[in-house]
Amino acid sequence: MKEMQKETQDASHYGEFGGQYIPEGLMNELNNVADAYNKYKDDPDFLKELHDLLNNYANRPSLLYYADKMTKDLGGAKIYLKREDLNHTGAHKINNVIGQALIAKRMGKTRLIAETGAGQHGVATATIAALFGMECEIFMGKIDTDRQKLNVYRMELLGAKVHPVTSGSMVLKDAVNAALQNWASRIDDTFYVLGSAVGPYPFPEMVHDFQSVISKESKAQILKAEGRLPDTVVACVGGGSNAIGSFAKYIDDKDVELIGVEAAGKGVDTDQTAATMERGTVGIFHGMKSLFLQNSDGQIDQVYSISAGLDYPGVGPEHARLAELKRAKYVGITDDEAVDAFEYIAKTEGIIAAIESCHAIAYVMKLAPTMSKDQIIICTVSGRGDKDVASIAKYRGVDIND
Amino acid sequence: MTNLKEIFADKKVFIPFVVADDPDIETTVQSILTLAENGADIIELGVPFSDPVADGPVIQKADLRAFAAGVNRNIVFEIVEKVRQTSDVPIIFDTYLNIPFKYGYDKFCQKCQELNVAGLIIPDAPIEEQAELKPFADKYGIDLVPTVAPTSAGRTEKLAQAATGFIYVISIFGAAGVSDELATQQLQVTVQQIRAVSDVPIVTATEQVEKVAGLVDGILSENAVVKIIADGGDVQKNLKEYVLNINNTMRINAL
Repeated sequence: MKEMQKETQDASHYGEFGGQYIPEGLMNELNNVADAYNKYKDDPDFLKELHDLLNNYANRPSLLYYADKMTKDLGGAKIYLKREDLNHTGAHKINNVIGQALIAKRMGKTRLIAETGAGQHGVATATIAALFGMECEIFMGKIDTDRQKLNVYRMELLGAKVHPVTSGSMVLKDAVNAALQNWASRIDDTFYVLGSAVGPYPFPEMVHDFQSVISKESKAQILKAEGRLPDTVVACVGGGSNAIGSFAKYIDDKDVELIGVEAAGKGVDTDQTAATMERGTVGIFHGMKSLFLQNSDGQIDQVYSISAGLDYPGVGPEHARLAELKRAKYVGITDDEAVDAFEYIAKTEGIIAAIESCHAIAYVMKLAPTMSKDQIIICTVSGRGDKDVASIAKYRGVDIND
Repeated sequence: MTNLKEIFADKKVFIPFVVADDPDIETTVQSILTLAENGADIIELGVPFSDPVADGPVIQKADLRAFAAGVNRNIVFEIVEKVRQTSDVPIIFDTYLNIPFKYGYDKFCQKCQELNVAGLIIPDAPIEEQAELKPFADKYGIDLVPTVAPTSAGRTEKLAQAATGFIYVISIFGAAGVSDELATQQLQVTVQQIRAVSDVPIVTATEQVEKVAGLVDGILSENAVVKIIADGGDVQKNLKEYVLNINNTMRINAL
């Protein structure tokens, strides 16, 4: 990102994207968060505590696993899986939560709030709140609390209050709205742990930095295993947190192709999609200028995907910039393709991966056979799929008791 | 074109908030006319946005009713055009930045000028992000009304200096656990900070008009009119009574 940041006007923007389009009532607090982040991000004590928690609590570094069977079956490029699903709490979300919660602690905050879609970020936040002895409230769309009951119960088990959001379309974007409103009303004791690479500055930058541990590790791991960088890095994109973390340390390596896979839902060309990069236009929402699915009037669309973690109408501003610069490419995968991949990777590699991650896997299934056997793909498995088993069964018409 | 600041020259100004197309075009047009005829000085017309993060539940519900009625940008313009057939009541828009952004700032501000919409309140455009809109607002003589929040400490002077038309101060009256005394005190401090650097008129939102009328130049009613419209019945009669009553209270307490 260094190279790209040079050409932008300030730290809060990625080209024309980014910014701080947020009500006045939050401006001071956003600046406080930015100041605290800039103060601590290179502070040795902060970094020591961060790395200690990442390594000794969150189970980092995560494996870079060579998927031999999948590679042979697909008959093309060598496939490595970056196993963020093996982190404590089962997804990449914990990387960022630990970082932001440590900032919150240093700011003297006693309460963490977060939005969550699939529940992974909510679970990670509830986990760290429990560990740090902080109060915790998670905002989650009512539709998502219904389809991710297991994660709702996990959060409650961890001592968090789960707040089902019944406004708007009752999914992730509405959870963000509710969390922002709640934050504005309680900035004295509350830190908003934003889980995706979205929102006003400094959130996209914090998420980028805390998630970049994924590519920092994978780079060292692939150099050790193969003696060279991968040809392609693939990750799923909702708001874009695991993708930006998976891309971060390769952005300046121009020969490494970066591919973000978004949720096409029932198809990119249907109105039941969440394919922001392919169908979105520039807009201003949730504190940032970026790409959004919206109508010609500027009203934000209700989006759809089988994956509660990817059905977000926008995307992080850095992704919008990477797409504009053609440094990264973004493609869509449908519900059907993702569910096929969910079953494929379970049967082939014995890994039950999150339905979000299976969007990336599904694209690798298409891509790998088109590449030669001496080429290398790293695909991030952003989370584990236990939470999805009931809904995939339902999708296949199997009635299991969840 | 209406000069917003001048409206404050010789009176306390009352600004009711109406959501466009809630629940239909005719009701909104008639409500604006009723409010204007009975003493509302400026109408703040809410242009609904799909995700009104800065609004409370009363306005959120009104937005949903407007969307159910099929509201869009052109319908909002049509409402103002209809009002303009018989009334030159000052009107400002309250909306989110994506609405003018998507239409094009130049086109949007030009349209405001055509319709004699004199100002914009845009909650998700803090002054740091207004640079992209400001040249067009200036070009067509549209005031960008800044908001001062209870958490704006250290920013108030900057906001006051940027303000044209008027400045909108969010008070903490009625907030949980806040005494009227504390709320008054806080409002007084903010008013002093603004007055120290600017003569821009100061408006605050409250339904407790009698408590603040003496402190500020104008009162904005965020929810009362929206609630009256939502309650149905003889809406126009109820609006008339409401606005007459407010004006009375403001005059009595303005001394």
